[in-house]
Amino acid sequence: MDVILFLAFAAIAVVCAINVVVQTHPIASALSLIGVMGSLAVLYLLLGAEFIAMAQVIVYAGAIMVLFIFVIMLLNAGAESKSGRSLAVQLVGIPGFFALLSLLAYSILRLFPNARNVHFGGFTKGTARDIGQALFTRYLLPFEVTSVLILIAIIGAIVLARKEMD
Amino acid sequence: MEFFVVSVIKALVVAAILMTTLAYLQWVERKVIAHIQARLGPSRVGPHGLLQPLADVIKLFTKEDLLPPYVNKFFYLLAPFLAVTMALLSISVIPFGSQVTIFGHTTWMQLADLNVGVLFVLAVSSLGVYGIALAGWSSNNKYSLLGGLRSSAQLISYELPLSLAVAAPLLLANTLSLREIVEAQGGFYFGFLPRWHLFQGPMPQIVSFIIFMIAAFAETNRIPFDLPEAETELVAGFHTEYSSMKFAAFFMAEYANMVTAASMTTTLFLGGWQPLFPVSLGSNFVAPALFAFVGAICLYHGLHPARRMDRYTLPVFALVFFLIAAAMLIPAVVSIFMPVFWFAAKTGFLLFVWIWIRGTLPRFRYDQLMSFAWKFLFPAAVLNLLATGLMVALFS
Repeated sequence: MDVILFLAFAAIAVVCAINVVVQTHPIASALSLIGVMGSLAVLYLLLGAEFIAMAQVIVYAGAIMVLFIFVIMLLNAGAESKSGRSLAVQLVGIPGFFALLSLLAYSILRLFPNARNVHFGGFTKGTARDIGQALFTRYLLPFEVTSVLILIAIIGAIVLARKEMD
Repeated sequence: MEFFVVSVIKALVVAAILMTTLAYLQWVERKVIAHIQARLGPSRVGPHGLLQPLADVIKLFTKEDLLPPYVNKFFYLLAPFLAVTMALLSISVIPFGSQVTIFGHTTWMQLADLNVGVLFVLAVSSLGVYGIALAGWSSNNKYSLLGGLRSSAQLISYELPLSLAVAAPLLLANTLSLREIVEAQGGFYFGFLPRWHLFQGPMPQIVSFIIFMIAAFAETNRIPFDLPEAETELVAGFHTEYSSMKFAAFFMAEYANMVTAASMTTTLFLGGWQPLFPVSLGSNFVAPALFAFVGAICLYHGLHPARRMDRYTLPVFALVFFLIAAAMLIPAVVSIFMPVFWFAAKTGFLLFVWIWIRGTLPRFRYDQLMSFAWKFLFPAAVLNLLATGLMVALFS
């Protein structure tokens, strides 16, 4: 059951990811990206990280992508036309893609030599309680530094926007 | 196997009850608004217009299904489907009652008890924006587009105070599972005051409750926050170009969102299916007394000589209400349906408040709506969350 669900949603994620690039209309690309995020959330859920799964849907699919779509709608961006591919892209594109893929696979295998197959349902430390405890004890400093970073970014955005207004 | 059979039966029962509620909620709304405005409301189709929802469904099914030629067809057809799916999905985690045993099977009156139930509801409701935004954009109409833009901006803004208002009672309950949240609100102070989060120490969540209600009004696009479909400015907003069943899907999504928001308020703040006062003080007799009272009113008006039109219908209603009142006294029925009665009573009262406010308040202006969310509601929710966290840390 777990394996069937994993294969189905992994396939959906890959197809949606390809669709993001292939589609010419920005809204269609953005919606495909939501498909990717949604299927990633299901994969997290299968691995037993239910809090991360829900956070993925709320933050990425529910907030960030809504902003993307909002901006696309506001600017009324139309479909882009496909430009003819250059000679370099035609020659190097597909071999380059496979080279990158094999490089990634090789480095992951080198980084985690003892990696075993994933056992669905074997991980049980994904509840909101566990994540909260880890965030506020073990990873307190990175967590607080990240929040300060986001605060700086927000203030910077406001300062830049105010300068334009005056 | 048994799990699947029980789940399918429960899903069918919940779907049937939800659909009936949605259809009749519209009848109730039209009747209540009519009486607020000193009119009669629907009264031609069936006794007291009770078959009006059925007539509306037939009308919407048989209407011509228009597809404007200049719309973006795929997204235009996807949008109502998305809206109604997301609206109906979140009802699956709401607990309607406690544990029951029917024919030897013990089960909870809830479709699925997720240990992240609250987050699930927030996630699904945040995905509901896409239905409206896509409908507005794909219709290729300036009024639709403006409605869709307004709606997405409004939903994003009001989601923040909503989520912060939800977080405060979670600090008291110390869990994210909706069933456990309801269980944490059982019991009474001084033997009569319910330990609902609205009253629970060390920090009664009254401020949080009010913020949640206001934000929920905005999230369900209802008056006084129904800017996305303000008919004086935008024709009908995001669903201007939709007709027949596709329009009905948006209509259903709006009412389903109302039901979800009211049930979430009940679950988070008003103790879910916990009774208003203890059984020892006779809370089990509230339901029969209420139904008997309604039956008595029906009987009085049915026998009144001035109301010749209702000479047959109202006594029949009275009989039905008396039978329900009598059934509510049977111990087996009490143990199963009394929690459901309390849940339905609280949710129904909140839905009445929704309709009542629609009949009372005018619409906001758009800039007022936004500055209210960001400059008042959001800081108030943050302060409430900080105060609740402090009190919980100090006293429990």
